[in-house]
Amino acid sequence: MKRGGVVELTGAEIFVQCLQDEGVEYLFGYPGGAVLYIYDALYKQDQIRHILVRHEQGATHAADGYARSTGKPGVVLVTSGPGATNAVTGIATAYMDSVPLVVFTGQVMTHLIGDDAFQEVDAIGITRPCVKHSFMVKDVRELAVTIRRAFHVATTGRPGPVVVDIPKDITAQKTDYVFPADPTLRSYKPVTQWDPQGIRKASEILLEAKRPMVYTGGGVILGNGADELTALVRWLGAPCTNTLMGLGAFPASDPLFVGMLGMHGTYEANMAMHECDVLLAIGARFDDRVTGDLDKFCPHARIIHVDIDPASIQKNVAVEVAVIGDARGVMRDMLSALQASGRRLDKDALAHWWRQIGVWRARDCLRYDRDNVDVIKPQYVLEALHRLTRGDAFITSDVGQHQMWTAQFYHFDKPRRWINSGGLGTMGFGLPAAIGVQLAHPGDTVVCVTGEASIQMCIQELSTCKQYDLPIKIVNLNNRYMGMVRQWQEFFYQSRYSHSYMEALPDFVKLAESYGHTGLRIDRRGDVEAALKEALARRDRLVFLDFITDQTENVYPMIAAGAGHHEMHLSPDRELA
Amino acid sequence: MRHIISILLENEAGALSRVAGLFSARGYNIESLTVAPTEDPTLSRMTLVTSGPEAVVDQIRKQLNKLVDVVKLVDLMEGQRIEREMLLIKVRADNGGERDEIKRLADIFRGRIIDVTESAYTIELTGDGGKLDAFIAVIHPRRILEVVRSGVIGIARGEEIACRLSA
Repeated sequence: MKRGGVVELTGAEIFVQCLQDEGVEYLFGYPGGAVLYIYDALYKQDQIRHILVRHEQGATHAADGYARSTGKPGVVLVTSGPGATNAVTGIATAYMDSVPLVVFTGQVMTHLIGDDAFQEVDAIGITRPCVKHSFMVKDVRELAVTIRRAFHVATTGRPGPVVVDIPKDITAQKTDYVFPADPTLRSYKPVTQWDPQGIRKASEILLEAKRPMVYTGGGVILGNGADELTALVRWLGAPCTNTLMGLGAFPASDPLFVGMLGMHGTYEANMAMHECDVLLAIGARFDDRVTGDLDKFCPHARIIHVDIDPASIQKNVAVEVAVIGDARGVMRDMLSALQASGRRLDKDALAHWWRQIGVWRARDCLRYDRDNVDVIKPQYVLEALHRLTRGDAFITSDVGQHQMWTAQFYHFDKPRRWINSGGLGTMGFGLPAAIGVQLAHPGDTVVCVTGEASIQMCIQELSTCKQYDLPIKIVNLNNRYMGMVRQWQEFFYQSRYSHSYMEALPDFVKLAESYGHTGLRIDRRGDVEAALKEALARRDRLVFLDFITDQTENVYPMIAAGAGHHEMHLSPDRELA
Repeated sequence: MRHIISILLENEAGALSRVAGLFSARGYNIESLTVAPTEDPTLSRMTLVTSGPEAVVDQIRKQLNKLVDVVKLVDLMEGQRIEREMLLIKVRADNGGERDEIKRLADIFRGRIIDVTESAYTIELTGDGGKLDAFIAVIHPRRILEVVRSGVIGIARGEEIACRLSA
């Protein structure tokens, strides 16, 4: 009913209208009793495309992949009870990697809340530790502004997932709809300005550096700061390393890039961390997988830390200068301050530093038995994949050895191309995430690198891929083991492979075919390249490539948990002296 | 070191559980926590006493500030402050001598007897935690029937307004 430009709508219609007004393209979801009014409203429109997943975990990961690859929020709709609990793993995954998601959970009727009603669960309570914020809608008149605020909170500051719990009766009630102009909350003020004093101090320290090092994380990608980072690093002439979450923020093909750091980082990156005299950390949180033993972390360095989250500053590592702000803006200002100084870093010292890095690089820490033609080395598959996609594909991964090898061997030159669960380490992430990525980038090559253990955790989404004709390429590095578990058991549990062998594996080729896709099994090294080429050429369909790989290959280098950056294990033929 | 953190919180369902959940999830220590609505019904005042090394308390403040429901936060230890806690204590007092002595002790501590039966007194006492501890210590443990403490509340001294929405 229209009255003076104001329309009276049901809660379900308001929900749909709000999403349209937020510019939502895709809604990943699964219907159920508590959200049937909303699904009815979705039925009557065609602006938002609903993607029906096969399990709510898939919905959250797909929305997550969409968000990571586009920078736009991912949106999820699930029903109450099991719908909400199934979504929790995906919400926690997004939370740990600061991905903007808005997750709508249906809830039982208001008058039934607290009665242990059918499919009732305290969704707000269950998700509380793994959301940036959450809202329960108690009045249909609050629905529109709550949705607006949910998008605002999810996408600003340090991004993160926001849950909005909507009781079923709210979606049936009617009220006037006006798109709320102001999404702000008095209690939520993300950082928009930073301290110029901190920038000046940081610039002075950088200019005095003899052995500078730039270490950046997911914050540079989330903050769209790749260009600013590249300009800053090139001006400094300093080596740059990225965390697992930060890969692609600085071009891997640039000679200033020394590879990923941390537990499975390169020898040169970790040694440069250990020996640098000034460390510039941007959008990174000094995670334990990155720092190793904190007492041995960067023992010679003055540390500058740039982060949008004040709580990340001085959390794990004491730093000399902290700048709280948006990575992109701070880097831009920092470069301006450096350029305005009229000074440059000590040229001779830099040359000396690079000679040292060259010595570390010469260890060729990622070398593997490339010439072995008897088995398929997983690294070989990834090198071929990188070559055949010219390094320009969107790559999602699951969690484990294949994830680390992809990070090491697929050299990302662009941000938002590398989509993986870093913080939570969620097996099952890769395939549904690829769904979100492929929908967002229909013309691009999207590859899910996975293993035979991880892929089975969300394998049901092969059905979703068929329904929406998503031509994802699945590279399954099948070593018949939970590889990373096996590796730890070999190193730290005297090769007692307790429950890490994957028995009773399905025939992945037939499995893929039964879902209507193409499956290929590759068990000879000589067939790797041809199979990849064939799969990549099939732009119209999903191809599941089941590579039967070497069972015993391990990820090197490796820093054991609790060791320092200089205490790396290289592969057995090049163990440190 | 001990810290008294005064928080203005959105007076909404779930806000308290976010604060409490933060402390349990991150393993922070809470000594006491009090919460009640303010003169502005949309806001609650929470006073939280915690202790730990400076770096941990710094994290506690930052993590609390990150909660969307937290409107304002002040660590009262940063300035001059007044802190108060209320004690309600029920003690056995069933003979004349005992009853006189407890009455005298209550007077010395400026406590008030707020309920009387033939065999027990209930005393109300306010002060800082140390004063309440001292009062409890002078009463023989066998006489103490029940102790209820409110947890600490605090306010900045003088004209300083430590934690108000518009401040």
